[in-house]
Amino acid sequence: MKSFTVLQGVAAPMDRANVDTDLIIPKQFLKSVKRSGFGPNLFDELRYTDEGQPGQDCSTRTLKADFPLNQARYQGASILLARENFGCGSSREHAPWALEDYGFRCIIAPSYADIFYNNCFKNGVLPVVLEASVVEGLFAEMYATPGYQLSVDLDSQLVTTPAGAQHAFDVDAFRKHCLLNGLDDIGLTLESSAAIRDYESKWRQQSPWLFDVIK
Amino acid sequence: MSGKTLYDKLWQSHLVEQREDGSALIYIDRQLIHEVTSPQAFDGLRLAGRQPWRLDANLAVPDHNVPTEARERSGGVAGIVDPVSRLQVQTLDDNCRDFDIVEIDINDVRQGIVHVVGPEQGATLPGMTVVCGDSHTSTHGALGALAHGIGTSEVEHALATQCLVQSKMKNLLVRVDGQLGPGVSAKDVALAVIGEIGTAGGTGYAIEFGGEVVRAMSMEGRMTMCNMSIEAGARMGMVAVDDITLEYVNGRPYAPTGDLWEQAVDAWKDLHSDADAVFDRVVELRGEDIKPQVTWGTSPEMVLPVDGILPDPAAMDNDTRRTATERALEYMGLSAGMAITDIKPDRVFIGSCTNSRIEDLRAAAAVVKGKTIASSIKQALVVPGSGEVKKQAEAEGLDKVFLDAGMEWREPGCSMCLAMNADKLGAGEHCASTSNRNFEGRQGFGGRTHLVSPAMAAAAAVAGHFIDVRDL
Ligand code: SF4
Repeated sequence: MKSFTVLQGVAAPMDRANVDTDLIIPKQFLKSVKRSGFGPNLFDELRYTDEGQPGQDCSTRTLKADFPLNQARYQGASILLARENFGCGSSREHAPWALEDYGFRCIIAPSYADIFYNNCFKNGVLPVVLEASVVEGLFAEMYATPGYQLSVDLDSQLVTTPAGAQHAFDVDAFRKHCLLNGLDDIGLTLESSAAIRDYESKWRQQSPWLFDVIK
Repeated sequence: MSGKTLYDKLWQSHLVEQREDGSALIYIDRQLIHEVTSPQAFDGLRLAGRQPWRLDANLAVPDHNVPTEARERSGGVAGIVDPVSRLQVQTLDDNCRDFDIVEIDINDVRQGIVHVVGPEQGATLPGMTVVCGDSHTSTHGALGALAHGIGTSEVEHALATQCLVQSKMKNLLVRVDGQLGPGVSAKDVALAVIGEIGTAGGTGYAIEFGGEVVRAMSMEGRMTMCNMSIEAGARMGMVAVDDITLEYVNGRPYAPTGDLWEQAVDAWKDLHSDADAVFDRVVELRGEDIKPQVTWGTSPEMVLPVDGILPDPAAMDNDTRRTATERALEYMGLSAGMAITDIKPDRVFIGSCTNSRIEDLRAAAAVVKGKTIASSIKQALVVPGSGEVKKQAEAEGLDKVFLDAGMEWREPGCSMCLAMNADKLGAGEHCASTSNRNFEGRQGFGGRTHLVSPAMAAAAAVAGHFIDVRDL
């Protein structure tokens, strides 16, 4: 996994509440058996006028001009400003894959759906939670300032605006550690192999009907 | 010290390691696998040179991409017309063979939607931790299990380590007391709960459903409710074990028998919240107050009783809600002040892991029996949740009832719930659907979904517009 330390980048808006993962990456793209290449289809239904198909060359499709990511001022964005309950619905990890593949490394929103929030950390994408009023303020500044950039520092847990305002955010210590160091959490868990085997043999004695049934 | 909730008990019995930073290593008893969210996980194992930790903990079945037309289906994997779908189903077969994981394949009579198959086969049991790369894994909580959806990285993690790194959720009790009226089902309760707490209301919580209505509900009804927990924002929903649970589980192919059964029942009897358990939040509804529900918008919380009138955004003072309502009305091609009963579906879909079990099909068949669907309905699909459900329905003659009414009777799979196969809505079409998500484009590009119960979907098929099933 890519590590995340400090990110300075252009912010782009996804200005609606309850953005679901179907909207982030529509289901026809879930047919891929790979984990990369989803970026061109991020927000496909909002971004293009036609219905996208897997494997299609997106550079020849007609863009919806009013969609922010299609506008010059948001090109190269790496921070997505969003609203309440971002990433709700389907558990598809294709959603953070698509965001990351497009170039987003950080999302800032007042709240997220649980599974999506968790999936972001597994893919080097930092979901920052800030108060709704703070997010509202960032939206306003961004709309007023073409090329608006934010700086996100995971170690000190701060979002800094161009004017120098700083907003602190919370992040759970384990996830922060993994993200800062780009750690493979399977490897980390396997360090506890002995504890897992221990638990497993006790559990097998206690609940033998859970073992050796499906084979 | 206060007592424990069901969730607390399940958590504690699966705790391998509590870490100082608040995270914990939780043991996973069962992982269900399907073709959409697993290929990258198996690839990850290959790349790292890892093997699954415990083979007998896993069970795989293809469901999302499988065709539901008998002709296409009869050709097995090779017969799937869409090459991208075929590759995905084939990849699941290949991965299961390479890693030695038991798979119920496309034309096995037990094949079906992973969340229908698990409980039906006894592959998911009370007291288990159950995961699957699919958010509706919450369904299995109906058995008194700790069950939730995970992303693909976690599929790989669970395969490789038999554990997940988790943080404990808060406890939310949804208590529905009283009695449901005739024609009102578990689906209506689920939608009413979401209408009450919103699609983010359960975020950060594990939901336990309790109260007289839930105690009286069949296992299939409980599964419908737990299935929709995720639509209320909660990764997991669960119901305490009681005699109804035990009766359901007893005799299932993978369920324990003989002495082991007795031993298991003994352990399962403790799977309920203690009388003095404290919940972080309690939401109470009265069964009598719940009418048949219909969603009108693009989020499950945009729901009304069937006699409802569509909301007027102009009358809303909350900005976020007003814009969301305006956008939803526009996408749905509906206007403020319209009656729910004025909405005319173009298609009807009875199926999905929410409502494709035998009781759902019986409820729908009871409504259409001896009637024909309205001429304005372009298509009414009935898609059983598994081959076993299909067999049972055919033994009861339900297939004939649907076919005589002018509906289509299909092979099991996810079908038009998310339209990854050929079953989908055309742009602008309205659908009365028994599935769980009415998001934009969910059932097809530009499609417009209205979530309802099986009886209400059947009633809409007959009437040509939404109608209170009790008036039919
Ligand atoms: S039926 Fe629908 S919700 Fe259920 S697993 Fe299939 S696609 Fe997902």
